[in-house]
Amino acid sequence: MPLEIFWFALIGILLAGYAFLDGFDLGVGIVFYAAKTDEERRLFMNSIGPIWDGNEVWLVTFGGALFAAFPEVYATSFSAFYLPFMLLLVSLIFRAVSMEFRSKVHSVKWRKAWDFAFCASCTLASFLFGVAVGNSMVGLPIGPDREFRGNVLDLLSFYPLLIGCLVVSLFALHGSVYLFLKTEEDLQQRLKPLMWKSFGVFLILYLMATMITLLTIPQAVAPFKEPGPAWLAIFVSILALANIPRALYHDRAGQAFLSSGATILSLTALFGAALYPNMMVSSLDPAYNLTVFNSSSSQSTLQLMQVIAFLGLPFVITYSAVVYWVFRGKVKLDDTSY
Amino acid sequence: MELDLVILSRLQFALTIMFHYLFPPLTIGLGMLMVIVEGLWLKTGKPVYEKIAYYWTKLFAVNFAMGVATGIVMEFQFGTNWATYSRFVGDVFGSALAAEGIFAFFLESGFLGVVVFGWNKVSPRFHYFATCMVCLGGFFSSIWIVIANSWMQTPAGYHLVENNGRWRAEITDFWAMVFNASAPDRLVHVWLGCFILGAFFALSIASWYLLKDRFREEAEVMFKLALGFGLVSSTLMGISGDSNARMVATQQPTKLAAIEGHFETGEGGTGMYLFGWPDEASAQVRYGVKIPYLLSGLVYHDLSKPVPGLDQVPRADWPPVRVPFFTYRIMIGCGIFFVLLSWTALFIVWRSKPERHPWLLRLCVFSVIPAYVANQTGWMTAEIGRQPWVVYGLMRTSEGVSKSVSPGEVLTSILMFGTVYALLFVVFVYVMNEKIQHGPGLPPRRAKPDTELEGIADSAGRAVDPGHDLMED
Repeated sequence: MPLEIFWFALIGILLAGYAFLDGFDLGVGIVFYAAKTDEERRLFMNSIGPIWDGNEVWLVTFGGALFAAFPEVYATSFSAFYLPFMLLLVSLIFRAVSMEFRSKVHSVKWRKAWDFAFCASCTLASFLFGVAVGNSMVGLPIGPDREFRGNVLDLLSFYPLLIGCLVVSLFALHGSVYLFLKTEEDLQQRLKPLMWKSFGVFLILYLMATMITLLTIPQAVAPFKEPGPAWLAIFVSILALANIPRALYHDRAGQAFLSSGATILSLTALFGAALYPNMMVSSLDPAYNLTVFNSSSSQSTLQLMQVIAFLGLPFVITYSAVVYWVFRGKVKLDDTSY
Repeated sequence: MELDLVILSRLQFALTIMFHYLFPPLTIGLGMLMVIVEGLWLKTGKPVYEKIAYYWTKLFAVNFAMGVATGIVMEFQFGTNWATYSRFVGDVFGSALAAEGIFAFFLESGFLGVVVFGWNKVSPRFHYFATCMVCLGGFFSSIWIVIANSWMQTPAGYHLVENNGRWRAEITDFWAMVFNASAPDRLVHVWLGCFILGAFFALSIASWYLLKDRFREEAEVMFKLALGFGLVSSTLMGISGDSNARMVATQQPTKLAAIEGHFETGEGGTGMYLFGWPDEASAQVRYGVKIPYLLSGLVYHDLSKPVPGLDQVPRADWPPVRVPFFTYRIMIGCGIFFVLLSWTALFIVWRSKPERHPWLLRLCVFSVIPAYVANQTGWMTAEIGRQPWVVYGLMRTSEGVSKSVSPGEVLTSILMFGTVYALLFVVFVYVMNEKIQHGPGLPPRRAKPDTELEGIADSAGRAVDPGHDLMED
């Protein structure tokens, strides 16, 4: 396999892993106000307390890997999404510190302020991720010098905003199912209608987004015309999506969680398949597209990075497994909690 | 008003990196102390060590969260604000950042969860293992980031290739890139800076407790550990500083000339200014107090060899002189203060108790401020002294900025980060103060008596110790 394709796949895996893992952390924030009392809110935060940070590292590594393997894509896309990314960074900052600070002071006002910061930052971050994905699908005005030629309003067209909402609803679903697994009794029962609601909203947005994609973004549909591995992603996404209501109906939260996770993974795969071999599509001229082949690092660096990835990944998987194992089961509060 | 994109982008980078760098050096330095004290606890079983380990972990966690929150900005900012630079160096610099993610960040953030939240979930020995891994992760992270930055100071192991009509650096020799001329010296220097911050941070808190006569038992132990650590680190820093200055003299003579306000090369041995007011316009140092031959002696160990001055390079290649001249002297001053303070304190503690010398304790409480200042001014010297280059001799800082970003956008983001960071700083200080006032205590007991360290973890999610008030922090 050409190294460029390996790296495109690996970056896709990092992005999918991030969306799966931090997806439920962000989802917990989006549905945060389902927790009414102070204790419930602390349970919500502590359900992700020991793991959210490790999950965010997937994004950091995604950024680093993109920089190393496709510096042109890293440079063009990050500078094009300037203001949205700055807002995203501020959101991620607030997501982190609101959990850290909230329960450290005994004051109702203090806690209410950080509760709001937590919910708002998680929602905004999820939305902005969706906006970035949506813009990548429709393409951006990128010139022959590989510089973005538009302004921030070009980034806020209907389709990216729709994908932004889609991601919020998907993470809300994923996060509420995760919370269902981590909580008990009354609180757990209250999450049920929330899971159904977020699933409903997601389904409507998903159907809308699919229709619009099919009708208006021909370059994203083209890779699916012929049978191939891309069809597998479609197949998995439909199965996973259909299994969510089934699992919810039968009270199988574990299955529902895996299904919402599989939905996230397969949608990320569809995103990758729709783009390939492009990484950034130019709306001005297809000749200006940044592809995996014309925007990668040198062969020797890609090879070197491959060695680093193969050395590092087994460790990463081991630590993650250990940490999730240690913190398995229902969340409890104690003196070490947030 | 005309806004300058380069100035604004540099201002934003300075703001975000300086704010970020309040946190990682403390987590590296305090992490070392946590490894030591938790090791002592495992060895002796004395509760005082357990209390200190638990207490330091809590302070560590707040700093770590701030480090993570402000660190993600750094990872994105090369692409958002320095896109042209990113295209030029991605092949080299990006690799170091990606390696940092894979080798360091997963390690530290994965095990941090166990260190902070795992006191009643895992065995003491596994908890200690997790503490060591978090500390190790911090070291790995510093290794990769210092390598990346050192490559910008002394590029090596690359060649320039034309790609899509632009030149870019590509790796030719990975190990030459990793062990570039300045990396080893600078890494040691950064580590010792971190240790000094960790040590004087802990010493400051311990001394404050001793002054107020609170948590006496824990404070005495913390005082001794921190003092020992600070003494060793600040003494070694003298050696590292000397080695660094000599490295800069050979690798980046212009930077050294700027740091020393050395405008004219002249004949014979070069002197060194202790103080003065460098005036870049007239290329001289006003009101200077100069010791003859000292600079030549320090950097070459040869009193007669002249040190090249700024007159050796075109004016356009001069870094700013006044700022590095002062930041460097402030850093050195702090370094001398640490050595004097720690040796004096050792001398006094050897013969009597520190509580009998409130002036010493007050000085120790204060010492955390110069520890932060030294870390910041040291980096300011290194980075401002590198100007006008972003990659030394290869790319100018002014050429590295993003072309598609407008000055107005950068101004917006500076205002946004400025506001957010000001708010966070106030909250951070407030929360740290609360934690310090609260003082050390025992971690929650494991509900089951320690059945000698079984495997990785015992069953999680067990009942909480009923004695605990759920609302306590």
